[in-house]
Amino acid sequence: MIALSDYLIFGAVLFSISMAGIFLNRKNVIVLLMAIELMLLAVNTNLVAFSHYLNDVTGQIFVFFILTVAAAEAAIGLAIIVLVFRNRKSINVDDLGSLKG
Amino acid sequence: MTFEQFIFYVLAGIAVISAFMVITVKNPVKAALWLVVAFIGTAAIWIMAQAEFLGLVLILVYVGAVMVLFLFVVMMLDINLAQLKEGFTKYLPIGAMASIATFAMMYMVLGPDHFGLEVTGAPVVHDADYNNTKAIAVPLYTTHAYAFILAAVLLLVGIVAAIALTLRHRPAGEVLYQNIDKQVKTQASDRLRIVKMDAVVEKPVAPKEEEDK
Repeated sequence: MIALSDYLIFGAVLFSISMAGIFLNRKNVIVLLMAIELMLLAVNTNLVAFSHYLNDVTGQIFVFFILTVAAAEAAIGLAIIVLVFRNRKSINVDDLGSLKG
Repeated sequence: MTFEQFIFYVLAGIAVISAFMVITVKNPVKAALWLVVAFIGTAAIWIMAQAEFLGLVLILVYVGAVMVLFLFVVMMLDINLAQLKEGFTKYLPIGAMASIATFAMMYMVLGPDHFGLEVTGAPVVHDADYNNTKAIAVPLYTTHAYAFILAAVLLLVGIVAAIALTLRHRPAGEVLYQNIDKQVKTQASDRLRIVKMDAVVEKPVAPKEEEDK
C-alpha cells in the first residue's frame, strides 16, 4: 500500500527540481516555462493524492481546472516569447531588463 | 516492499530523473522531450492513485498538445545553443541550496510523521465497476458548472490573446493581400484602357519580278 506521504514527497521532489531549474536557466525563457509546467504538475500530484486518500472527487476537479489554466498560460507565454524573439532576436532573460524592475 | 510500491518507486524515479534532465540538458528540444517522459511517468502515478481520467487527460492534453506547441516554438526560434548555458555554474550553488532547503522544509511537514499510513489509514479502494470519469463529471456539471463555463471563457480569451499577440500585419506594398470585395466588383474599364488611334495603312509591297531586276 502506497502511503500518502510517498505521493506528497514525490510532489515535493518535483517542485524542488523545477525551482532549481528556474534558478539555473537564466538564459532560456523556454526552459523557464517548462519548469513552471513541472511545478504545476507537482501541485496537481498533491491534489490527486489527497483526493484519493480523502475519497473526495473535488480535488480531481481542481486538477481539471488547473490543467485548463496551465494550457492557456503556456499558449500565451509561448506567444509572448515568439513576440519578444521577433523584436529582440534573443530570449536571454538578462537582455529583457528594459523595464528596470 | 510490495509490488505496488515497487511500481510506484520505479515510476517516481523515472519522473524525477527526467525532470532533472529537463533543467540540465543544453538543447531545448531535448528538454521538451524529457518533459514528455516526466509527464508520462506522473500520469502513470495519477492512474495508480485511482485518478484514471486525469491521468489520460494529462497524456492527451499535455503530451499531445502543449508539448507539441513547445516544440513548434523551439523550432521557430533560431537560438544560439552555446550562449544558453552561460552562467549555469554561477547560479548552481544558490539554486541547489534554495531547492534543498525548500525540500527539507516540505519533508518536515509532508513526511511520514504526519502523512504516513499509520496516521492517515488506508485509502478507499473502489470496485472494478467504479467509473472515475462519471464521478468527476457529475459534480463538474452540477456543483462546479459556473467554474466550468468560466474555464471555457478563459480558453477563448487565451486563443484570442495568443492570436492577437503573434499576428503580424506587414505594410501593403511589402506583401500582396487579397481584397475580395474589390476583386469581385472590378469592371472591365478598371483593367482595360482602349486607345483611339488612326488606322495605319501599309504600303503595297512591290511585285516580285521588279525586285529581282
